[in-house]
Order: sequence, then C-alpha cells, then structure tokens
Amino acid sequence: MAEPGSSTAAAGDGGGRLRNAFGGVLCAFTLLLIGVLAFSIRLFSVIKYESVIHEFDPYFNFRVTQFLSKNGIYEFWNWFDDRTWYPLGRVIGGTVYPGLTLTAGTLWWLLNSLNIPLSVETVCVFTAPIFSANASWATYLLTKEAKGTGAGLMAATILAMVPSYISRSVAGSYDNEAVAIFALIFTFYLYVKTLNTGSLFYATLNALSYFYMVCSWGGYTFIINLIPMHVLLCIVTGRYSSRLYIAFAPLVILGTLLAALVPVVGFNAVMTSEHFASFLVFIILHVVALVYYIKGLLTPRLFKVAMTLVISVGLAVCFAVVAILIALVASSPTKGWSGRSLSLLDPTYASKYIPIIASVSEHQPPTWPSYFMDINVLAFLIPAGIISCFLPLSDASSFMVLYLVTAAYFSGVMVRLMLVLAPAACILSGIALSEAFNVLTRSIKCQLAKLFDDSPAASGDSSAESSSASTASTNSAKNENRSEKTKTIPKEKPSKNRKKEREVAESVPVKHKKEKKLLVLPMEASAMGILLLIVLGGFYVVHCVWAAAEAYSAPSIVLTSRSHDGLHVFDDFREAYAWLSHNTDVDDKVASWWDYGYQTTAMANRTVIVDNNTWNNTHIATVGTAMSSPEKVAWEIFNSLDVKYVLVVFGGLVGYPSDDINKFLWMVRIGGGVFPHIKEPDYLRDGNYRVDAQATPTMLNCLMYKLCYYRFVETDGKGFDRVRGYEIGKKHFKLTHFEEVFTTHHWMVRIYKLKPQKNRVRGKLKKLKSGSKTSSTIAAGRNKNPWQ
Amino acid sequence: MPKATSDAKLLIQSLGKAYAATPTNLKIIDLYMVFAVATALIQVVYMGVVGSFPFNSFLSGILSCIGTAVLAVCLRIQVNKDNKEFKDLPPERAFADFVLCNLVLHLVIMNFLG
Repeated sequence: MAEPGSSTAAAGDGGGRLRNAFGGVLCAFTLLLIGVLAFSIRLFSVIKYESVIHEFDPYFNFRVTQFLSKNGIYEFWNWFDDRTWYPLGRVIGGTVYPGLTLTAGTLWWLLNSLNIPLSVETVCVFTAPIFSANASWATYLLTKEAKGTGAGLMAATILAMVPSYISRSVAGSYDNEAVAIFALIFTFYLYVKTLNTGSLFYATLNALSYFYMVCSWGGYTFIINLIPMHVLLCIVTGRYSSRLYIAFAPLVILGTLLAALVPVVGFNAVMTSEHFASFLVFIILHVVALVYYIKGLLTPRLFKVAMTLVISVGLAVCFAVVAILIALVASSPTKGWSGRSLSLLDPTYASKYIPIIASVSEHQPPTWPSYFMDINVLAFLIPAGIISCFLPLSDASSFMVLYLVTAAYFSGVMVRLMLVLAPAACILSGIALSEAFNVLTRSIKCQLAKLFDDSPAASGDSSAESSSASTASTNSAKNENRSEKTKTIPKEKPSKNRKKEREVAESVPVKHKKEKKLLVLPMEASAMGILLLIVLGGFYVVHCVWAAAEAYSAPSIVLTSRSHDGLHVFDDFREAYAWLSHNTDVDDKVASWWDYGYQTTAMANRTVIVDNNTWNNTHIATVGTAMSSPEKVAWEIFNSLDVKYVLVVFGGLVGYPSDDINKFLWMVRIGGGVFPHIKEPDYLRDGNYRVDAQATPTMLNCLMYKLCYYRFVETDGKGFDRVRGYEIGKKHFKLTHFEEVFTTHHWMVRIYKLKPQKNRVRGKLKKLKSGSKTSSTIAAGRNKNPWQ
Repeated sequence: MPKATSDAKLLIQSLGKAYAATPTNLKIIDLYMVFAVATALIQVVYMGVVGSFPFNSFLSGILSCIGTAVLAVCLRIQVNKDNKEFKDLPPERAFADFVLCNLVLHLVIMNFLG
C-alpha cells in the first residue's frame, strides 16, 4: 500500500528488496522531519516573547514540578499545600493528575544526571513541543494500523500542524493536554494493534499506556467509554472475534486496577458512572463469548434448544439485576456522574446548577468559525475520510469513524474539547488525502505506461502522436470505465481506427490482469487533481503557520501592542508579583479573584485565598461577596480570613479587556449563589451592566468598583475607561478601610492593603466623658463608626 | 414441560460429550479458570459477611481473581488448535505473553493491596 511499485518490481526480487529498503529509509526520514516540524512550529512564542510559562494553569503545574525536583517524589506524593485556599489548604498529592509533573520531573532529572544543566523552567516550557512530536509519531502508527503507511505519513504531517492542537501545546503551555493527547493517541494505537494482531503482549502495553493516560488528564474517561462503545459496535455488527476479547477484557481488568492506583481517581474507578460502560460491556462480551463457544460445541438443533432455555431463564435474571442497578444509580442525585461529565452530556446542566463551570470561557460551545480556525481544511476532508473508511470496513476503520463521531459531538458541547477532535480529524483527513493521491498517481502511472507502450506502434511527429495517444488512451480509459466488454469503439477519426483497435486489444489483456474495480482517470485530470491537492495542502500549511504565530502564541502574562511609536510591552503582571514578593512578609495573605491564584502562589510566593482549582464553591463565593459588598462589609469579610492585601486587575487605562470589572458579574452570580443578600439585579440598570453615571448605587459603592477606579480620574482628568468606552460614574472618592500600596506602570494590577482597626473606639470614649454638652451634641451628630 | 426437561437432559449430555472431546491442556486451563472464579466468589461472600473495609484490599483481591481468569481465557484462545486466526502463533509465545501480563497484573495488585 505504501509503495505500489515495490511489490511489482520488474528487476526481480533483489530490486524489490532494495526498493523496500529505500522506502523504509524514506519513511523514517520523513517521520524525523515531521517530528522536527511539530517541535519547531510551536516555538513562535519563545522567539517572539521569551521562554516563559503561559497563562494560569501552567503556573500551578510549574510550581508542583519545582517542588518535585527540589524535594523528591515521596514528599510530592504526600504534599499538603498550606499556601493556597487559606485557611483550608489543599492536598496536592491526592487532587492533582501527576502524569505531566512526573514526566517533566523525570526528564529534568535525566538531563541533569547526564550533566546537561537545564533549569526546571526550561524543561517545563519545552515539554509540550517534545510530546507533540511524539504525538505525531503515534498518529503515524495508529493510521498505519488502519490504512497503511501512506495514510500514516499524511496523518502525521497534518497532526504536526493542526491549529487546535498547537493552541494547547505551544512552548510554554505547560498543561495536562500537552502529554495527554500523546497518551490518548498512543493508547488508541495499542488498542487497534491488539485488535489487529490478537497479541496479549500488546494488550499489556495497552493497559500500561492507559495508565499513563489516567495519570495525565481527566479526559481519560473518554477512552474508557469509547473503547467499550466500539466493542459493542463490533458485537452488534457481527464482527465478534477472539481478538476482540483479547483486546478488551484484559484492558478492563488491568485498566480499572491501574486507574484505581492513581490517587485522584481512587475508588471512583469502580464507583462512578463514567466507568460503568466498561463493566457493562465486559459482561456482555463474556456472554457473547460463551454463546459462540457453546455454538461451536453443539449441533445447530441442540443449540436452538439451548437458546430457548437460556433466554427464558436468563432474561428474568437480567431484568432483576438491571432493575437493582438502576435503582442504585437513580438514588444518587447526579445519577453517579460527576459534575463535569454531566455538563458534557447535558450542555445546559452547568449553567443551571454550577455557575463556576459555566463561567469558564473554555467551557462554552464553539461557534462555527472556530471550527474553520482550528481544523481548517480538515473540516471538509473528514467526510471523504469517512467514506474511505467504509471501503473496505475493518475493525480499525470502524473505530476511527466512531472516534470521530463521538469527538465531534463533544467538541460541539465545549470548545475546549476541539482538542480531542483534532487527532480524529487528522487521521481521517490523512486517510482521505492518501486515497486520493493513490488513485491519481496510479492513473498517471497507468496512462504513462500506456503511452510508452503505444509510442513504437505510431508514426508521425511526436507532438501529434502524443496528443493522439493521449486522446486514444483517454478513450480507452473511458471504455474501461464504462464496461468490461469493448464492443463498439467511438470513431473519432477514420485514420486512427487501426491504432485504437490495436490499443484496445492490448489494453484488454492488461486490464484482466488488474483487479476488477481499479479506477483509472484521464491523465490531465489526474495531473490537475494532484496539483490542486497540493495547493490545498499549501493553504492548510499557510493557515497553520499563521495561526501558530499570531493567534496561539501569546503568553497571556506579557502583552504587547503596536502603535505609531513602536511596540509597547505590558509586563504589569510580573511587576506586581515581584513587588509582592519583595515588599510583603512571607506569611501575608493575598486575596484576589480565583483567576490569579496560581500565578500569585507561583511567582509572588504568597498565600492566596482562592485559586484556579475552584474546588470549593463556598470559599469562592465568599471572596465574590466581599468584592461585591461595600467597603466596611468587605473589610470585615477579608479580616475574618486574615487577608492583608487585595489584588485587582484593571484594564481601563490601556484597554485590556479581561480585567476584573468585566468579570465582576460572575463574582456577583457566584457570590449570590451562596449568599442570597447579593442580588444580581441590584448591580444592573435596566438589565444593563454599567459603571458610568447611570450605574446603580450598589454598583458604585461596591469594593470592586472602588478598588479599580480609585484615583483613576487623576490620569486624564475625566476618568475615561478605555475598555468600557465611557466615563466612569463616581470619580472623586476616598477609601476608608483600604489603602493603596502599589499600582503597576500601566495601572493593570492594583494592590491594596487592609487598614488596621483603630485602637480607640470613639463612641465608648464619649460615654466616659460625661457632662460636656458640646461633645455630646458632636457625638449625637457623628456616625458611630470606629474607623471614621 | 416434560419435553423441556428431556431436551435439557439431552442438551447437558451433548454438552458434556462435546466438552470431553477437548484436548487435555485446554481442560487444565479451564480448571484453572474455574478455580480463579470460585476464589472470587468466596471473596465476595466473605465481604458480604465482614463488610467491605478496607475497600482497596477487597477490590484488589477480586480483580486479581477475575484478572487471572480473563488471562487464562486469553491463553486458551491463543493455544486452541481449532482457532484459525492463531495458527501461526507458537504456543510458547502465547504462554510468554500470558506470564508477562500476569506479572504486570500481580505487581499492580501487590501495590494496591495496602
């Protein structure tokens, strides 16, 4: 399938072997180039900015890796982190997926023991590109199992560049998906390989690769639900074989055990609904295997008798068991599924019940343009790949189609899961393109062969001959396509009749040697087709490189903008964290919205109240309530949490749109979900969210407004907010319970300190000083507030 | 009903006769499988009596029994001479794979036993 010429080498067996060897070397060299391509296309952010860790979640992974490299694996496994979620803390060992950290840690340790002194940060930054190269090679292996080497190489090339995968694995994006996608594709490859060969060795490797996937990402539930679905599909379509049993049954047992070994999963591996599909199909598979075994033992008549007996008894038992199971599962309110899985199955679940999951922008459904942005040309190559998978249908190709269909559904629910669709899209597109190239190149080869067979028989100048030969070959090709018997030959020109008859006579025996339905197209069409496909590939490559360079390489921690006087760099985040780490005590607590928790602990090394893990909704709601309340109430809430500093992100001066004022409504919603006195309509004027003069008094008095816009009017005299596009409502006000300690260069991060409580309480002092009339009238007129 | 019972008897007899014709090595593997499943059932009954704490020990015990049974079935499939898909597979290779998979399984079990 890879080298059509190799099996029909005219130079004999030695020539065939040489061709095979050459093909193998070419294949290996191409794979090497694909790996280099996958690695280097992800380096744009390192070149444009610097070798820095991006976004928010990678900072947590980086901090954990630092801890691992400093303290060793036993400390890491038992680590209780008290610098986050104050005062609750977080059990890191039991709540983190250790795969990524352990991989990077092992890589760092290996390099250091070989005396290559790379820092932990460098290893973390470049882990993702290395594993994307590995993922391309895994895609090659997987597609080779389904359709052959040519399709494999094509799919690997496409995966190396697909923008959806690049977006989550650029250099610096040190997140779980960087290694998890490699583990996913590799696990699927080993499953398909076991299915094709029936070897228990590959089944063992499959279980170990599944273990690596469980260690790496919560998306492992996709594997443990997709493979049972495929087994069920094979059974239902009559493709049960003993290889299927060997591929699936050891995986279930070993996989469940290995999944239970990972502390994050633990007993969830046998108790949550996400895994029940595998157990159910395990039982069904055994029943089917037993049925086939008994069928092999008995005569057909006795087998029928057995079936009637078994069905009457077995059905009753089955119903009883299923009824018990359903009662058990239905008794739990979430039917045994976790919140995240439920929000995938029912897309409206999160917005109704779990506002935190609904508020993350990655969890929104994707728009149509994002499909074309993320998988580009593949979007319309996929249907061609699906059709190609059906001709002929094998276990492996049915698996591909099933993988694609389920991944397409899930990507429609959550834009983050476009990442799971990307490998399926690449594989099917690779299959489609490879088949297309196969047909077109075969056509050109056949037409050229006919051309060279035809040339000694003709006379006249070569140009006329070649054109006539090509038209003649076109006609003969049309004849071949139309019917097997060539009864009538269309008479184009009487002088060419004799030549055509001889050609048709030559071509008929050749055709009988070939397979029956081999499609051969006219040569110009084939050449045109190949050219157009290459142009299509060119468009894809150009788009991918653009997407990697412009769209997906921003580190989010450093921002740049171009204006008429050159390039501006906004490094405010790191400025603020550096200030915090240099000017505050080690034990000071910093309160901010949960987005910035990971970065604050990693870069500023201070204890935070809430962070991106968002495991405790009430704690987040407390912070949200504090941000939405007036100053005094907010001071009290923060004081009860021992907070010393409050950090807000404000983009109004420079036009940074992802600041806290734009996220504020989510704070209100989440806070209002737990504390009912915070009501969202209080902050909206006629249903609109405004911070200008039309804003509600609750909005203008809340802590977030005050901390963001304190002294903002001093910048331009009018207080014009560049993000919202209007002047703010309350311009001149003083802070009573907080004092500003730091504002970064572009006013993007503002840090405030809680003012300590006053020693004297003036109200009490008034009572002691009895008699003085003036002082009592002053006391009556003054607000009984200890801070004023 | 009498037809059903006589049919059932005939069924069981023919099953027994057909099974007696299988080669001895396969019968040994079947015996091993029955032993593993019986051990698993005994463990379930024991759990019903004394309760499921510690759960990880119960889980590892059960899954080790079922795991060895499954692997024995896989070995039987690969060694069976009637299986045309595996006629090029030497039985030594099948046994080696079986041993390897059992090793991995029991390593995991010992880790999880607690």
